[in-house]
Amino acid sequence: MSDIAMAPIQAASPRTRAVVYNDDVIRKFTIATMFWAAVAMLVGVVLAAQLCWPAVNLGFSFTNFGRLRPVHTSAAIFAFGGSALFATSFYIVQRTCRARLWGGTALHNFIFWGYQFFIVMAALSYVMGYSRGQEYSEPEWHLTLFLVIIWVAYAIVYIATVLVREEPHIYVSNWFYMAFIVTVAVLVLGNNAAVPLSMYSAKGYTAYAGVTNALIQWWYGHNAVGFFLTAAFLGMMYYFIPKQAGRPVYSYRLSVVHFWSLVFMYIWAGPHHLHYTSLPDWTQTLGMVFSIMLWMPSWGGMINGLMTLSGAWDKLRTDPGLRFSVTAVGFYGMSTFEGPVMSIRSVNALAHYTDWVVGHVHSGALGWVAFISFGAMYYLVPILWNRKSMYSHTLMAWHYWIATLGIVLYITALWVAGIMQGLMWRAYDSFGFLQYAFSDSVNAVHPYYVIRFLGGALFLTGTLIMIFNLLMTVYSPQTAPKTQRQSAVAAE
Amino acid sequence: MLFKQATIEKNAILMVVLTLVAISIGGIVEIIPTFTNETTIEKVKGVRPYAPLELAGRDIYVREGCYTCHSQQIRALKDEVERYGHYSLAAESMYDHPFQWGSKRIGPDLARVGGKYSNDWHYAHLDHPQALVPESLMPRYAFLGQTPLDTRLIERKLRVSRIVGVPYTDAQIANAKADLLVQADAAGDNDALLKSYPKAVQASGKAGEPTEMDALVAYLQVLGTMADFGSIEPAKMRR
Repeated sequence: MSDIAMAPIQAASPRTRAVVYNDDVIRKFTIATMFWAAVAMLVGVVLAAQLCWPAVNLGFSFTNFGRLRPVHTSAAIFAFGGSALFATSFYIVQRTCRARLWGGTALHNFIFWGYQFFIVMAALSYVMGYSRGQEYSEPEWHLTLFLVIIWVAYAIVYIATVLVREEPHIYVSNWFYMAFIVTVAVLVLGNNAAVPLSMYSAKGYTAYAGVTNALIQWWYGHNAVGFFLTAAFLGMMYYFIPKQAGRPVYSYRLSVVHFWSLVFMYIWAGPHHLHYTSLPDWTQTLGMVFSIMLWMPSWGGMINGLMTLSGAWDKLRTDPGLRFSVTAVGFYGMSTFEGPVMSIRSVNALAHYTDWVVGHVHSGALGWVAFISFGAMYYLVPILWNRKSMYSHTLMAWHYWIATLGIVLYITALWVAGIMQGLMWRAYDSFGFLQYAFSDSVNAVHPYYVIRFLGGALFLTGTLIMIFNLLMTVYSPQTAPKTQRQSAVAAE
Repeated sequence: MLFKQATIEKNAILMVVLTLVAISIGGIVEIIPTFTNETTIEKVKGVRPYAPLELAGRDIYVREGCYTCHSQQIRALKDEVERYGHYSLAAESMYDHPFQWGSKRIGPDLARVGGKYSNDWHYAHLDHPQALVPESLMPRYAFLGQTPLDTRLIERKLRVSRIVGVPYTDAQIANAKADLLVQADAAGDNDALLKSYPKAVQASGKAGEPTEMDALVAYLQVLGTMADFGSIEPAKMRR
């Protein structure tokens, strides 16, 4: 492949030189996004099967649920979500700043291959038995140090591109991506403080213990949701929905207000993961109050995304890609309403430790994160490979409905399972004794676990359809390149 | 002027700096006070650093991702206290690096599993959970019983634990290997061990050949048993 792909900007004003964007690294991250989507969801389906039929664990150390679960979460969040964010952020920052990605091709390739290396090493380390034992933060110290180097390079490239922009204003997507980049850096550094056993040992002990460790972990954990899975994907929303709908963002003022309030409030919400625990009550209360307040900036983003379709709603009928993006915003609205409700202490007393939480996470991860990424991929791939359109709109529509059905089965099954677990654990019989043994609740949720497995399998099926469709878009003669000059690049 | 959006969104550095300020406030307000442990952690007698074998077992618990299915945090709710025992105190996890409170109960809470079952039960259960609890979704951990415990780094584990704040004494560090072997051995003479680590439960392993399962069982058997609840006066606990 050539280092540089030519992509002339449209309607460049006469006073500006034509900017040559670096789309090569974006194509690489796009391919990685699709690959990791399949891996993450496949492992998820295997885990769901293990919870239905424990024999699927196979009894090997490296196939047991406890070691595979971090592979699933890391692959979904950091590999699939992360690659989608690298791809879209590099695409958006160049277009909205009208500037070529800062730094040389070598630096961009270092970020790509470095990040992929980090992901593969992290996944291997989990199955081989190296884990920090903190959720979504499992890589041991040496891998984290390596990630920090990649992340610093990413931050430099991104912020420098914004600095050398030709556009006077920084577009709203970039506010969110920059907030994501710097906040994730702070979170990872804060949460990973540890002392290794030796320079030659992967194992280390975290610097914090007990209550402090728990609070810092959920400060990290909830803001991994807040900044990695929310703010950054809002940046994606703010570019692709206006593009797909052909309409400007609904309200500039709303985007300013909800950006700053989201960034300020999210960071406080972590303690809602620790209600009724040994964490001091005042911290729990503070976490709950901010979580409820967070509902407003979250819905500010949802309203801004949905209302952007004013006057263009008819496009939902004809553009399945836009349908993914808009449904994503709908799921975002739903799960950012559900989250504050679950953060209320008395609701949390029922929901915590149950599958309701897992269902909530997946309505966000599948409905919001994955769907907004799918919408972006369907928009990006024909542009990046310079094709007329997607290979098949019918397959896009099939993907949409199969995936949506999968999510609905998944989250409704876990609503029922989770609330049932919560109610069974606190049920008393007429003599005042606890009515159920823990194992009764395990038996009771089995049918719902099977439904969840089916929902996940449907979602994975949809993803495989998408990968086929995207591959055919690139390779099929039916979607021939637009121009002769471009075909030289695409054929390489 | 500096804080007008029209200015901020033309200046990337200013925007990044203000974002950093905005995200710092919440973290500072919530996290810093927990470092003042005298108000966060109750004064309870009995909580001690883990014995070397328990610590090794804890590392296996972390490694296998047991926290993905088991919590170690009994909430202050009536049904939880009746099902699992006294609600968890902050002091009980003050030497836990990392904490293992967990967030999901696919299986039951383990904060007070220590002493609830016999050693034999644990060995049989880890070997084949469904043989004892037919409903169980737990994977088999038979391989732990066939894997010799790596004891080479045990002294260093205690030493590094001390660096991060666990009060191991010089003597405890020096005797780490010996203490570990005694606790793993079902017939070992544990007088000295118990002086150093009260309430430590001996595993049922063979002399001189500790397995990973011996370590894990020793860890499970001490969970939630350290705190001396007789010494607690609730009114004074949170001074």
